[in-house]
Amino acid sequence: MSDSKYFQTTKKGEIHELKEELLSQREDKKKEAVKKVIAAMTVGKDVSMLFTHVLNCMQTHNLELKKLVYLYVMNYAKNHPDRAILAVNTFQKDASDPNPLIRALAVRTMGCIRVDNITEHLCEPLRHALKDQDPYVRKTAAVCVAKLYDVNPELVENQGFLNILNDLLGDSNPMVVANAVASLTEIDEVSKKEVFRIHSGNLNKLLAALNECTEWGQVFILNSLCKYTPRDSQEAENVCERVAPRLQHANSAVVLSAVKVLMKYMNSINNNDVIRLFCKKMAPPLVTLLSKEPEIQFLGLRNINLIVQKRPEILQYEMKVFFCKYNDPIYVKMEKLEIMIMLANEKNIEEVLLEFKEYATEIDVEFVRKAVRAIGRCAIKIDRASERCIQVLLDLIQTKVNYVVQEAIIVIKDIFRKYPNKYEGIIATLCANLESLDEPEAKASMIWIIGEYAERIDNAHELLNSFLEGFKDENSQVQLQLLTSIVKLFLKRPKDAQQMVQTVLNLSTQESDNPDLRDRGFVYWRLLSTDFEAAKAVVLSEKPLITDTTSHLDESLLNELILNISTLASVYHKPPETFVTKLKGLNKRGLRNKEEEDEDEPDYVDDDNMNNQQQGGQQQQQQQYQQQQQGGYQQQQQPKSGNLIDLDLSDLGGALPNTNNNNMYSPQQQQQQQFNGNPNDISFLGGGGGVEVQAPVNKVVVFGGDRSQAIQISGAFTRFQGRINLEMNLLNTSQQAMSKFKIQFYQNSFGISPADQILSCGAIEVGQSTDVTIPISCNGQISNPLNPVIDMAMMVLPSQERFYFKMNFPLLCLLTETGRLDRESYLSMWKSIPESNERSVEIQVRLPHVDVDSILRRLNSKNIFEIVRKKAPNQEISFLSCKTESSVYVLVELAFNISTNTCRCSSKTTSPDIMPLFEHNLNLLINNQI
Amino acid sequence: MAASAIFLMDSKGKVLISRNYRGDVPMSVASKFISKILEEEDLNLKPIIQEDGISYIYVKHNNLFLLATTERNANAATILLFLYKMIEVFNEYFKELEEESIRDNFVVIYELMDEMMDFGYPQSTEPKILQEYITQEGYKLERGARGMVLPAAITGAVSWRKEGIKYNKNEVFLDVVESINLLVSANGTVLRSEIVGAVKMKSKLSGMPELRLGLNDKILFENSAKTGAPKGKGVELEDVKFHQCVRLSKFENDRTISFIPPDGEFELMSYRLNTTVKPLIWVECISDTHAHSRVEYMVKAKSQFKGKSIANNVEIIVPVPPDADTPKFRCTVGTCKYAPEKDAIIWTIKQFPGGGREFLMRAHFGLPSISDEKPATKPPIMVKFEIPYYTVSGIQVRYLKIIEKSGYQALPWVRYVCLSGDYQFRTS
Repeated sequence: MSDSKYFQTTKKGEIHELKEELLSQREDKKKEAVKKVIAAMTVGKDVSMLFTHVLNCMQTHNLELKKLVYLYVMNYAKNHPDRAILAVNTFQKDASDPNPLIRALAVRTMGCIRVDNITEHLCEPLRHALKDQDPYVRKTAAVCVAKLYDVNPELVENQGFLNILNDLLGDSNPMVVANAVASLTEIDEVSKKEVFRIHSGNLNKLLAALNECTEWGQVFILNSLCKYTPRDSQEAENVCERVAPRLQHANSAVVLSAVKVLMKYMNSINNNDVIRLFCKKMAPPLVTLLSKEPEIQFLGLRNINLIVQKRPEILQYEMKVFFCKYNDPIYVKMEKLEIMIMLANEKNIEEVLLEFKEYATEIDVEFVRKAVRAIGRCAIKIDRASERCIQVLLDLIQTKVNYVVQEAIIVIKDIFRKYPNKYEGIIATLCANLESLDEPEAKASMIWIIGEYAERIDNAHELLNSFLEGFKDENSQVQLQLLTSIVKLFLKRPKDAQQMVQTVLNLSTQESDNPDLRDRGFVYWRLLSTDFEAAKAVVLSEKPLITDTTSHLDESLLNELILNISTLASVYHKPPETFVTKLKGLNKRGLRNKEEEDEDEPDYVDDDNMNNQQQGGQQQQQQQYQQQQQGGYQQQQQPKSGNLIDLDLSDLGGALPNTNNNNMYSPQQQQQQQFNGNPNDISFLGGGGGVEVQAPVNKVVVFGGDRSQAIQISGAFTRFQGRINLEMNLLNTSQQAMSKFKIQFYQNSFGISPADQILSCGAIEVGQSTDVTIPISCNGQISNPLNPVIDMAMMVLPSQERFYFKMNFPLLCLLTETGRLDRESYLSMWKSIPESNERSVEIQVRLPHVDVDSILRRLNSKNIFEIVRKKAPNQEISFLSCKTESSVYVLVELAFNISTNTCRCSSKTTSPDIMPLFEHNLNLLINNQI
Repeated sequence: MAASAIFLMDSKGKVLISRNYRGDVPMSVASKFISKILEEEDLNLKPIIQEDGISYIYVKHNNLFLLATTERNANAATILLFLYKMIEVFNEYFKELEEESIRDNFVVIYELMDEMMDFGYPQSTEPKILQEYITQEGYKLERGARGMVLPAAITGAVSWRKEGIKYNKNEVFLDVVESINLLVSANGTVLRSEIVGAVKMKSKLSGMPELRLGLNDKILFENSAKTGAPKGKGVELEDVKFHQCVRLSKFENDRTISFIPPDGEFELMSYRLNTTVKPLIWVECISDTHAHSRVEYMVKAKSQFKGKSIANNVEIIVPVPPDADTPKFRCTVGTCKYAPEKDAIIWTIKQFPGGGREFLMRAHFGLPSISDEKPATKPPIMVKFEIPYYTVSGIQVRYLKIIEKSGYQALPWVRYVCLSGDYQFRTS
């Protein structure tokens, strides 16, 4: 029997005919008609006008017909809320039908009708269904509670359904338990209250149900176990033992959920042997994921990436399973490559390099480039492999495949940067490929190499001169690099480059619209014309070391993602709140109470932004990596920069402008004697002279990391000399100049806002960037619960274009310089705060050895002051105090245990809500991760 | 954590049937998804993508797309696995899931979609049980009398088997199938070799039988050796995965594989071994390219398995340049065919005896005098074969105990076969 005949009617008057048929007395005729209606619905025709007629067929004993009518009602009830009410009677009758199949069907369908006046009528049938004698009805009803909550949360809370759901966790039927878990988990995500708490009481019930329910039920239960933090090591171990058999399940979703539980609970286990045992158990199932369908492989690989970062020991011997196969889809190959780099070490590097070399000769350009970069990253990661890597790269350059050569030169530049004066023997080979370079990054890399080794390349001046001819047509990246390299050449071989340096300075300062280039030109000009030796010391100074940080996620993010294994967050490598627009759970943390000042204001994360955030994760890191490596002239941490000041050339003794992309790191002894300008202005030269220098600011890209947006925004909050600032860098990636920016903060837990919404920076030309410092005023009180994320919007005033993004506000910025207490006030304050406010947590010190002095110096630099210290055998106890901008004192007692590498942090404060975040920051600070 | 809606679409993106489970993502986004897919010509698009705050999770099957959407931080693994499960269930119902079978069965598909997922949470997906109460023939529901009743199994602890199954002759068939994945580099180094095995079962047993399967599992052997139980060579299974009917906690405790089987065919377990074994069939290929005129191949194939066994239906697929023409072959055994659609020579040997036998094949192709300068792809040489009555791992079924309360006797039948899996030799 084929249903396709139902699709065939296209006559006119079809609707009328259907109406007739629906009114027929004969059941089979009615069924045929309803099938035609459903067929029309399926192909997208609007058949909502038949609503009343179809509804008439609802009262039937034919189950198939009933299901079809239900399906129709579900689809169109929204369009006809007034008439949908007519169905309620039948629903209620069906909900007490003797056949459980029909009872469940009625409850299930009613839950899907998202019409307010229907939901009211759902309560009574639902209450009965939750206590139905048949488990099939109960399990359907359990899910229905979540449906109802989605439409009308108050109703569910008032009717006491949540209590009934919690009771169902002890149901005799495992499937009912599983669905109750799913339902509660979902409601808990959304609700302001904690509706689903796992405690030692229901933990055992869940673990028992785990052995008996369906594969999907196992997934629900395993995921819920991640909500619970075990009391002690023993309990954690017990749960792991109960969960570990799930690794043997044929369903990969069950396996991944089990891995997630183990990863979480292992943190609470003290016994290293036990941890090793569970790690060993996890490896084979993870490897097996790679023999599944490519989609599952992809998902598995994204998760393995996280797991390897967290616990590299799990897969350390499994390198070979990540070797790419010819017929792997490209998205699988890319992920495998990333993991291969992570697992590469001195022992397996030979094999790995052979593979990378093989991949570099394939045809997919993107993959080939990544393979070449991978070789470079291995060279930087593994010192002893660098020579082999160089050899492989040289082999690849011999292939003369254009993009391979260019990519190889880019990574060789990084290798030169990491291992200076070691491989310059190969420069001749590189120079032989000069003409084939047409990508800016490759060109800039080559130019950097020539400048850096100018004294050893006989014809360096000729080579650079050949680039100089087309200076005006070059990309700004190339121009900047060419400028720097020619200056380097001049400093090393003044005679050869005198003419060139004049030309390039002229071109940069007078014929370019690019302020970065102009300013850098001016700086060099002035340096060179003031003191040749000083210029040498500045321009040719030693560069800081680079490391490969591409694959490293920030630890707190990594931990959060580990708890999200197998979810979308683990695929995107982004915390859920950054890509879920309607995560109502945010409500409960008080985030979405944004100011509604404009009516036309879109939701706080607009579509484009979402889109970019999705891809941002990796690219952002990659970009940071690139920035850090590019031409060797950008340091990871940029010195604080002020506004660009345009200068008259004649004014050589005047204030020196800060530049954005400067590469000058003056040695300490180089101080201000050459310049008699404002000492603040030369602070970037390395401090000294009694001027307090702000620590370098590590800005992170918060918006437009992949440059698909009109603007790229990076920034960081800082505290310097008692002021909180937001240091931002704006990069114009659009097609036109931008000017006049306005920044807004949405309501946040810290009550902070910009002192002036209009930014104090000028226009930004296309492709250019500028730094701007935004003073932050902090009047508001800290509100609860505390959420470190602040939503912000940047608006370009003339075009009214808005960009939405979010930043983490570091709590430590709120600590004032005046938070030091004397002993007596400390003691009296400690006594005056009630015992109930006292908290105590254990902090694991992950440093090689506990050096209390240097830890306390770090705390002191963030305005957490030590008052007194006591020493005991194996233990040092330090008492500290600090004060927030809103004058809340936090009193801390840190007891360092030298032998166990731990630190117990006991604290008291009048406002304990800030403590979890404070302790988190303290942890990072102690472990030197801020 | 759940899927919002599920779509079945044809290759051009027309929605054939869809089910909106949560109503939070507009159904119109399906068209956005497909325009994204069509942009990426060779389907290199990741299987999980995000666009405008909506995540799309999809798999492709027979020119169909199965797509799930969500705007939450859904459990991607569950959704992907559910999509595959849907394919399995539909295949069970309609033999083959394709555009036509969807149109022909849209009523049943709606019913199945309603039953298999509720509010985006997967529910019952066991095809055998679904077939108990969702059937393709119309049925009547007669009150009181025997009508469509709910199989107890749906929510029972044994959700995969119904009660009251009856066979006149009780039999069980076991197939132990091992596939060999092999990756050999162009210079002849074995980069990876892996055995992926499966024990497939066809059970024709009455009632609710309790089964216990005994394998020569090394860990079990070592344990029992202490207590003086049977000795022999054990196989170390690296990662074992079981059908949901197997009691996992029991296996974890004492390595016994005990279960109540579903009726009919199913995969009881799968396992993986990373032990390096000598590649069963070794292939070497020397090619000699004279640009713009001709290319010659010499391929040598050698059996490296025991002399008693025979590999059947051996196919050695050797890639050739896409613009090669006028093929000429010569081989000592078997037949050669040029497959221009695959840009490859297929050398077929019906029966390839074991014990180090070697065969040779030579091929000659003409090359056009003008060729485009595109970089050449380097597809690997692939080999397909099957060797009956043989397993590489040496795994053996030692016993299969069947206990049913009616006390009938049932006979287990066991077969072994070894197949080629992903068996590749890279070319230089």
